[in-house]
Amino acid sequence: MSLAWLARRLAGVVLTFAVIVAAVFGLLRLAPGGPFDGERALPPEVEANLRAAYHLDEPLPYQFARYVAALAQGDLGPSFRQKDFTVNDLVARGMPVSATLGAGALVLAAGVGLWIGISAGLRPGSRRDALLMSIASLGIALPPVVAAPVLVMVVAVFWQLLPAGGTGGPAHYVLPVLALALPYTAAVARLTRGSVVETLAAPHLLTAAAKGLPQRRVLLRHILPLALLPVLSYLGPMAAGLLAGSVVVEQVFDLPGIGRYFVQGAINRDYTLVMGVTLVYAALVLLFNLAVDLLYGRLDPRIRLAR
Amino acid sequence: MKPSVRHTLFGTPAAAIASVLLAAVLLYLAVGASLSGYALEDIDWDAMEAPPTATHWFGTDLAGRDLFTRVSSGGRVSLGVAVIATLVSIAIGVPYGAFAGYLGGRADHVMMRIVDTLYALPFVLVVILLVVVVGRSTLLLFAALGAVFWLDIARIVRGQTLRVRHAAFVEASRGLGAGTVHIVLRHVVPNVAGPALVYATLTVPGVMLAEAFLSFLGLGVQEPDTSWGVLIADGTENMQAAPWALAIPAGFLAATVWSLNILGDRLRDRLDAAVRSG
Repeated sequence: MSLAWLARRLAGVVLTFAVIVAAVFGLLRLAPGGPFDGERALPPEVEANLRAAYHLDEPLPYQFARYVAALAQGDLGPSFRQKDFTVNDLVARGMPVSATLGAGALVLAAGVGLWIGISAGLRPGSRRDALLMSIASLGIALPPVVAAPVLVMVVAVFWQLLPAGGTGGPAHYVLPVLALALPYTAAVARLTRGSVVETLAAPHLLTAAAKGLPQRRVLLRHILPLALLPVLSYLGPMAAGLLAGSVVVEQVFDLPGIGRYFVQGAINRDYTLVMGVTLVYAALVLLFNLAVDLLYGRLDPRIRLAR
Repeated sequence: MKPSVRHTLFGTPAAAIASVLLAAVLLYLAVGASLSGYALEDIDWDAMEAPPTATHWFGTDLAGRDLFTRVSSGGRVSLGVAVIATLVSIAIGVPYGAFAGYLGGRADHVMMRIVDTLYALPFVLVVILLVVVVGRSTLLLFAALGAVFWLDIARIVRGQTLRVRHAAFVEASRGLGAGTVHIVLRHVVPNVAGPALVYATLTVPGVMLAEAFLSFLGLGVQEPDTSWGVLIADGTENMQAAPWALAIPAGFLAATVWSLNILGDRLRDRLDAAVRSG
């Protein structure tokens, strides 16, 4: 992997982020209705003062420059709706909960998905393969919006095995993580199975078997590195999906994460909050994709050389 | 039914189950609302939050409205949104991919970089932003979702276009002096439409889930209209007293999405096999 490639890739990430910042800023300023429109119209003087306080009376390019300058220092601005809170405060508050949820789901989906996919793919056509893949195809049809409320109803309300919501301890995270990870576990399992089956047919495996390599070594050294590649490239979209899913899961389980603030902001037209959370999410996804790309290069010599 | 169609729809146990399930759901969506004898907003004062009975086959909701009617009507909205958004995504993705593939070179490179960049974004954020900006309306939802889901189709169509851009009929048309727009729209697009349509069948369940997601958060379909996402949200708020109001729409959504995924996968596999062999 060359340094030039890395520099180009980094420049791409920065450029993409800049475009996102400009696009989101432009979109939100095009929106009809101001952030201070409430049930009652404010007296004109009060509204004028508010607009001046938030610099909304300046020309748009000035406002944009102000926003970018603040953003460069990591300042996402004040929340228009939640008085006394900056967007940074709200993000910092929600981050631990959302990060726990997201990381838990990522580990579960990747770990269990890989395990299922490998054990099904090593014996394609077997009864175990058929059973595991039917389960996986069910899992794909159970996204958080279906799984989360149903899990709460069955496990928490009727069986009363686990808490139905809120924070408190590890037990509070079991159902949310499960609900979030379900469809991605299934997707990883299907992808892994497919690429394991494809890899099994590769000529170098015949060589490995002919040399008399032990099965375990063939699996670890010759099958997995190749079979993992498509799964790795799925991690990027999966991270984006987990972020989105966490919005629903936080809502259902009453978890005070970033997603809750995002939805509240969207419903209340809290522009700075929506914009701030969007940028945090976008940055996370971009960085995650970059990390996946780097890892991909390490695992696949063909790509390493091409760079 | 042609043998090849029968084989696609019923060739494996899963495909057969999915076909039957989907047919049953479609039938229910078509006639369900008129079978129950209750209209969407009819309130049965004697049966508030009633479990499924002989009069209310799926029970009633908090306000005493018949769920057999509401789930059917909501399903029509969910599926309708998904189909229309998929058509929007075809309308954007097919020409985009065809032009990128046909033009090639720098134009292709730039157009596909844009697609890659958009892929990297969490799409739901884009839709939520659009909803915040333009306001909540079902019509907007169609357009916004379609505008987000065209990426896959554009990629597939570009790949297919690369296969035909030097085909004899394209060269002939160019030799006769036809312009780029004419060649792409009249000769390339019709030849790459098949695969695009197959992938579109996998777009429909994706959009259905996105619609359910947005409606669940209160950002999608709005009262008095209803959809499976809205019904799941309503059911969630009241799951302890009326579990059927959650379980039934959730079950319908999952069953429909599962069936569409199974059949879409099957169509795609058959298409891939056809392309490879021939």
